[in-house]
Amino acid sequence: MQPVGAAVPLRVDIAEKIFRSAQGVSITALRDLSFEVRQGEFACLLGPSGCGKTTTLRILLGLDKDFSGSFQLPEGGSNRIAAVFQEPILLPWRTVEQNVRLALPKSLRTKNLDGLFDTLGLAGMRSLYPAELSLGLARRAALARAFATEPAVLFLDEPFASLDERTAERLRHLLLTVWSARPTTALMVTHNLREALMLSDRIIVLAQRPAHVLGMFDVRLPRHYRNTQVMSDLLRSFHQKFPGVA
Amino acid sequence: MSAPDTGDRTPGAAAGSQSSLATALTPVLTVAVSLLGLCLLWGFAANAWPSRAFPGPGQVWQVLLAEAASGDLFYHLGATLGRVAAAYVIAMVVGSVIGVLLGSYRNADRFFNPWVILFLNIPALVVIVLAYIWFGLNEAAAIGAVAVNKIPNVVVTMREGARALDPNYAEMAAVYRFGPLDRIRHVLLPQLQPYLAAASRSGIALIWKIVLVVELLGRSNGVGFQIYLYFQLFDVAAILAYTLAFVAVMLVIELLVVQPVERHATRWRRRPA
Repeated sequence: MQPVGAAVPLRVDIAEKIFRSAQGVSITALRDLSFEVRQGEFACLLGPSGCGKTTTLRILLGLDKDFSGSFQLPEGGSNRIAAVFQEPILLPWRTVEQNVRLALPKSLRTKNLDGLFDTLGLAGMRSLYPAELSLGLARRAALARAFATEPAVLFLDEPFASLDERTAERLRHLLLTVWSARPTTALMVTHNLREALMLSDRIIVLAQRPAHVLGMFDVRLPRHYRNTQVMSDLLRSFHQKFPGVA
Repeated sequence: MSAPDTGDRTPGAAAGSQSSLATALTPVLTVAVSLLGLCLLWGFAANAWPSRAFPGPGQVWQVLLAEAASGDLFYHLGATLGRVAAAYVIAMVVGSVIGVLLGSYRNADRFFNPWVILFLNIPALVVIVLAYIWFGLNEAAAIGAVAVNKIPNVVVTMREGARALDPNYAEMAAVYRFGPLDRIRHVLLPQLQPYLAAASRSGIALIWKIVLVVELLGRSNGVGFQIYLYFQLFDVAAILAYTLAFVAVMLVIELLVVQPVERHATRWRRRPA
């Protein structure tokens, strides 16, 4: 569309999303939800559980077409998107490596993935079936699948929510490592403020029912400065700007 | 669903080779002893009540050898096996496609469900007779009639399979833009595999019984034709010889084709020890 479209890989303008139950009850999940994610930016959609974050993501992934409004994914070149879901959703009947390669376009199926598997600590697990993986390893395989496609936009839907905190923390670091090695525009949905502060360049804060953007919170610090001390400062300033959120 | 094979699943590293061999052979031995017991019981009963209508296993074996030596046995077994295979393939393909479509589209299912129930309850004999009347006493009518008898069963099983599909896999495939062939091969078929196996199992057994009726009514070769011939001659030994020969063939197919294929298809279910 506009020339600026190339610099803004993701532009969201959802006017309304209504869920209608079979009994005729209708719930407005999203209203006037607008935001942009800039090229190469790691943005987080932060909001309480059940506020419509996953609904938003499903719309952007093209899985839910019953809404009014529009959104724009990057045009031209690689317009592939990738997603890491709440559950890993690996095909149980295919090995880790087959799962990753199946997500690639036919022409790239045989490309070298050694570096990616190494970075994610999956080098020795490529021929295992998902049932043989721990929860954390399955998440890493899901990350490998997403990054292998070299997507123009990467969507993450609370990928570490169902893990214990230690494993989740390790995976967040791993995510940052692989993301800085293969930078891409990323939009992650989470209800975990600490996670959002640790990972993102910018937090898009959502208000509840119907979901709309409450405001933005920029985290300008380089990620390696975000130690425990800095994190508590960030938390404090976030709470000053958004009292009562998270 | 998966075959109870103890042999290749137990990691043999820790166990001694002798005991693992014994473990592997036990099921085979059990089957052999069980079948031998049945034969002995049969022989005993045939001796106790000697009659032309109730030959012992020895007599049946003699007939079997004679028929095999003349080549008749293999000719008729081959004819029947060919019809079973053709009807099986047609019934599985057509039934699976219809079943998956009905399982995926609720409105279509509501409309066509009465048809499925109707066809499920039409006796095999009626379909066969009608097929011969409408299409003539030919091979296509014979195989078609058998397939039509089996298709509703496949439809019902595969419809259940399609209803049980996990939408998460379909959504993952949509996000990562799997092509239609990849979706069928890597997403759809593996999920339907247990249902395909169930439909196959019950399918082969049902189909070969119906094929015999088809042959009896309108073909001039095959096991069914031979059984009808020997029925008119009142030759029970020959009837049993042909029946047992075909059951044996089906058993070999089960052991050498169906079970290995199933083991291969479910290899990913192996859990770490």
